Amino acid sequence: MHTKTLHEVKELINKKEISCVELTKSTFDRISKVDDKIGAYLQLDEEGALKKAREVDEKIQRGEETSFLAGIPMAIKDNICVEGLKTTCASKILENFVAPYDAHVTKKLKENDAVIIGKLNMDEFAMGSSSENSAFKKVKNPFDLERVPGGSSGGSAAAVAAGEAYYTLGSDTGGSIRQPASLCGVVGLKPTYGRISRYGLVAFASSLDQIGPFTKDVEDCAHVLNVIAGHDSMDSTSAKVEVEDYTKYLNQDIKGMKIGIPKEYFAEGLNPEIRGIIENGIEVLKKLGAEIKEISLPMSKYALAVYYILASSEASSNLARFDGIRYGFRAEDFEDVVDLYVKSRSQGFGDEVKRRIMLGTYALSAGYYDAYYKKALKVRTLIIQEYKKAFEEVDVILTPTSPTVAFKLGEKSNNPLEMYLSDIYTVPINIAGVPAISIPAGFVDGLPVGMQLIGDYFKEGTLLKVSHAFERETEFTKVKPSI
Amino acid sequence: MSVTIKDVEYVAKLARLEFNEEEKQKFTEELNNILGYVEMLQEVDTDGVEISIGAYRVVNALREDEVKPSFDREKMLQNAPDSQDGYVKVPKVIE
Repeated sequence: MHTKTLHEVKELINKKEISCVELTKSTFDRISKVDDKIGAYLQLDEEGALKKAREVDEKIQRGEETSFLAGIPMAIKDNICVEGLKTTCASKILENFVAPYDAHVTKKLKENDAVIIGKLNMDEFAMGSSSENSAFKKVKNPFDLERVPGGSSGGSAAAVAAGEAYYTLGSDTGGSIRQPASLCGVVGLKPTYGRISRYGLVAFASSLDQIGPFTKDVEDCAHVLNVIAGHDSMDSTSAKVEVEDYTKYLNQDIKGMKIGIPKEYFAEGLNPEIRGIIENGIEVLKKLGAEIKEISLPMSKYALAVYYILASSEASSNLARFDGIRYGFRAEDFEDVVDLYVKSRSQGFGDEVKRRIMLGTYALSAGYYDAYYKKALKVRTLIIQEYKKAFEEVDVILTPTSPTVAFKLGEKSNNPLEMYLSDIYTVPINIAGVPAISIPAGFVDGLPVGMQLIGDYFKEGTLLKVSHAFERETEFTKVKPSI
Repeated sequence: MSVTIKDVEYVAKLARLEFNEEEKQKFTEELNNILGYVEMLQEVDTDGVEISIGAYRVVNALREDEVKPSFDREKMLQNAPDSQDGYVKVPKVIE
């Protein structure tokens, strides 16, 4: 059962071949069998999940209409609030924080009778590319337990890959959905900035953060997006743009669609085997009738530098709220109120979070603001312009998602800059605010490789259309880890 | 622009963080590495380029000013490290 997709189990429920309670129980069985090895979950809510599953079973028995997501087990990254459950952000500073309200996406899922089974491990405050920065435990890649699942949404990706949930939610500030999706062989979508409300998502870098789904295939992705997309008055940056039925983009012809290949994304630093896989992917789309066009995005090389200035600056401001006063960890021995802030923060935050707060505080401090922060905001404008111009010529841009396959645990943890380079192909997308998806495109030595498709603002449908055409032509989403 | 231990101490103070000598040394090196990398932005010609604080359309989102219930006080205080009589308790601020 755990290898089935969301739409496959939906069909079984519709045919009454399995009840939601049975499905939920089987998911908890799967978790108890494999999660000791994977470490995807920080918290489980078996009681709440079974209660919801029973409710849905009763609705079905009464012949009531139910949502597509009704009764199907899913899980949520631990920086998104679910009322009554802990939201720790995998940080000691929020170890005992119980969410007093639901995030907008949680509310939407509950309205659609989703069965929320637990909260997922991640890099502390979503800062990292390997999920090794969790204060509680490390997540392992289901395809190779000695390797990382990527990050920061490593738990969300690994849980889907290992069949510990039918779909999950994560967040993506610089690649935190797409890079782990690539490394774990699942589908991960970062929607347009503003497509999904961030209300109830613990803020890391507010101008870049976006919530998105992890699914086993593209079809499932369309179903989840249908539910979580849309405007919300509690997030003033959420867009008043109509939500389409994204499933209408499935099973479509892509003949004549223009796909841009930016030459800068295939330059030095890209693993040659990954390059081969992506080139094969391009051939598949060509065969399906897509028109391939080489394009140039010369500002891409500056995106990572812009990202680390902007994301760290915004983080240093957002994380100022964790001061040991209103919620979260408070240090025990302190001299006065300032000492309370300093000790609570210094004992509560991990190394990578401190590093980013330090970098951001430095970039925003008097004397450096113009040279770093303001300069980065100007280069951001140039990056945005470059993407807008590219989408005048092409429908979709195709790139690798990550320059490497899943790396070994500990391999990059002592070199922050090298770790940051894992996000080189994903950060420009957050800076521009456009949507992008990572879909399984092949394997190198048994390890998954993802292909990234980037779309124009609010053209998630176009991404799903091309992705689904690719998925129907290939079998990569069907390959499961042997765990 | 090279970061010194003194800069790290100053920035730490602004960020309300404290480090031991070894950590200060480590952060000095790491910040220099990262800032060395981002130095490449200086080669981009941005004369006359506007800043972008958001990804797209920065507009004010206004709503009706309606009175609505706020969060329950007791529930919010459950997450406070220390509270008394419906208030968050903090150490003495004024001498």
